Amino acid sequence: MSNASARSSFAAGFLRTFIAPAVILAILYQAIVAAFGKNDYYMYVLTLSCMNVILATSLNLINGFTGQFSLGHAGFMAVGAYLAGSLTKFTHWPFVPALVVGAIGASLAGVLVGLPTLRLRGDYLAIATLGFGEIIRMLIIASDQIGLKFLEGPRGVMGITKYTSFGWAYLLAGISVWVLTNFIWSTHGRACVSVREDEVAAEAMGVNTTRYKVMAFCIGAGFAGLAGGLHAHFLQLLHPSSYDFLKSVDYLVMVVVGGMGSLTGCAVAAVFLTVFNEVLRRALELRMLIYAICLVIIMLTRPQGLLGGKEISLGAFKYLVPSYGRSRAGSGERGLT
Amino acid sequence: MVEFVQQLINGISLGCIYALIALGYTMVYGIVRLINFAHGDIYMVGAYIGYLTAHRIGPHFFPALIIAMAGAATLGVTIEKIAYKPLRYAPRIAALTTAIGVSIFLENAVRKFISPNFLPFPEMIKRVPFEVRGVTFSNVQIIVPLVALLLVIVLQYIVLRTKPGRAMRAVSLDKDCARLMGVNVDKIVSITFAMGSSLAAAAGVLVGIAYPRIDPYMGVMAGLKAFVSAVLGGIGIIPGAALGGLFMGLAEVMAVHFINSAFKDAVAFVILIIVLLVKPSGLLGKYVSEKV
Repeated sequence: MSNASARSSFAAGFLRTFIAPAVILAILYQAIVAAFGKNDYYMYVLTLSCMNVILATSLNLINGFTGQFSLGHAGFMAVGAYLAGSLTKFTHWPFVPALVVGAIGASLAGVLVGLPTLRLRGDYLAIATLGFGEIIRMLIIASDQIGLKFLEGPRGVMGITKYTSFGWAYLLAGISVWVLTNFIWSTHGRACVSVREDEVAAEAMGVNTTRYKVMAFCIGAGFAGLAGGLHAHFLQLLHPSSYDFLKSVDYLVMVVVGGMGSLTGCAVAAVFLTVFNEVLRRALELRMLIYAICLVIIMLTRPQGLLGGKEISLGAFKYLVPSYGRSRAGSGERGLT
Repeated sequence: MVEFVQQLINGISLGCIYALIALGYTMVYGIVRLINFAHGDIYMVGAYIGYLTAHRIGPHFFPALIIAMAGAATLGVTIEKIAYKPLRYAPRIAALTTAIGVSIFLENAVRKFISPNFLPFPEMIKRVPFEVRGVTFSNVQIIVPLVALLLVIVLQYIVLRTKPGRAMRAVSLDKDCARLMGVNVDKIVSITFAMGSSLAAAAGVLVGIAYPRIDPYMGVMAGLKAFVSAVLGGIGIIPGAALGGLFMGLAEVMAVHFINSAFKDAVAFVILIIVLLVKPSGLLGKYVSEKV
């Protein structure tokens, strides 16, 4: 590959991760505003969608690309949220450093969980990560009894400055997707995929499987922590019940619906399901029943998720332009196999 | 000392309930190598069937227990046929995700169609408190372990002395070989699910008697703790699950009483992580290396 094409692929990557979704979101937003009138609530849902995109894509790195089964994503999110939230509230740090520290803290937590548990096979790992998520939540609930009075235990911390705007959430979602895409297509990312495909064979080929599992956990947890920090400064509230097991399930559903091993797929699913949740907000049981049935049906019919390993790319739109489609058909596709 | 004996008695009746649930986890895992996430919710449904039965026919213990066990067995087999059987040869993650889906489905179906709130469980056995040398306990704390013990004996008899039991052991050793020897594997898997689910339902009714308050999410934490019990005893090993369950109940009660009530639920996960680090095959398990 020549230098020029490397530069153009950088530009293409930028286009793919920042501009194209922005255009699509802007069109959707305008359509909704045209149909139902302007409302701050739509902006709220869009911001929430961006945070869920970060959570879903980072969980996909662990569950979809590396083939590990984490059920503790909300726990990592809680670490990031509490760290970042208390830094800005109690020590008056600016927003960005607090977010960064939250993300680093969460990724350290990921390593901490990963090292002892990643020797375990899939199903044990699921329970161990679930257990970890619950332990985090219980520590937060017990925080006022174990010397961390300022975290207020089960009552939660209120009055956090509202730093998170749609712009921040969108920018960070874009950066996350971009970093994750580049990671997955790097040597290390390929190694992660090989762990998913066949752990024994990967090890025989010289891939240090434990190292890559921990790496995936570390990166995935870090982004979850980042999203947690955004979330805390968005709701202006830190509360243990925001990070319970059902939250982890929500992100799992996004990954499963979008496709285990499809970043774009789960990003779209994250936006779709966030909106869907808001539409069905009043009928909680109904929403969860639909969730559950979707989960089971998708797993029964397509165990790899709706999109499987395929990515949605701008390449698909090339076919709409007749001359382009003939000359460069398929060049934009790079689905995982 | 009195305090300790008191907690021991409280812990045993809680432990028996965990043990009954853990047996279902361990049996299903032993046969199909699946963590049946919905098992805790079958326990919850069992408690609700007991509740509804008591409202229909009056608070009689044994009819409620039997109907709950039968109902849960049917539910367990149905779930297995619809949700797990098509995925028997799929990757484990797919089956695990389906199990989570089934679990959420059961919780929200009960929320939607029965009640989202706590319900008082009818008093099926009149509570008679005793006091021996400063230790207080009630007849319920004797009946719960007795019923659990009886069920475990029946289970051991079925598994060790009957033909389906022998077939079960054969399937758990080697599914394909058992099939070649003429064992109807599908039937055995269904029997396993039926037995596991009925034990969970029995636990549900017993917990309703011992701690008379039921809600749609009662199965989540209890199921996880029972799973940890099964891992602690060595997953796939029936006496191990019973032992692990008892240990879990005792550990929880002791931790709440002697350390801090905030650790009620955390104890289970701490135990899990210790077991996984120190002896992943469990107390009674043997180490099996993974074959390619």
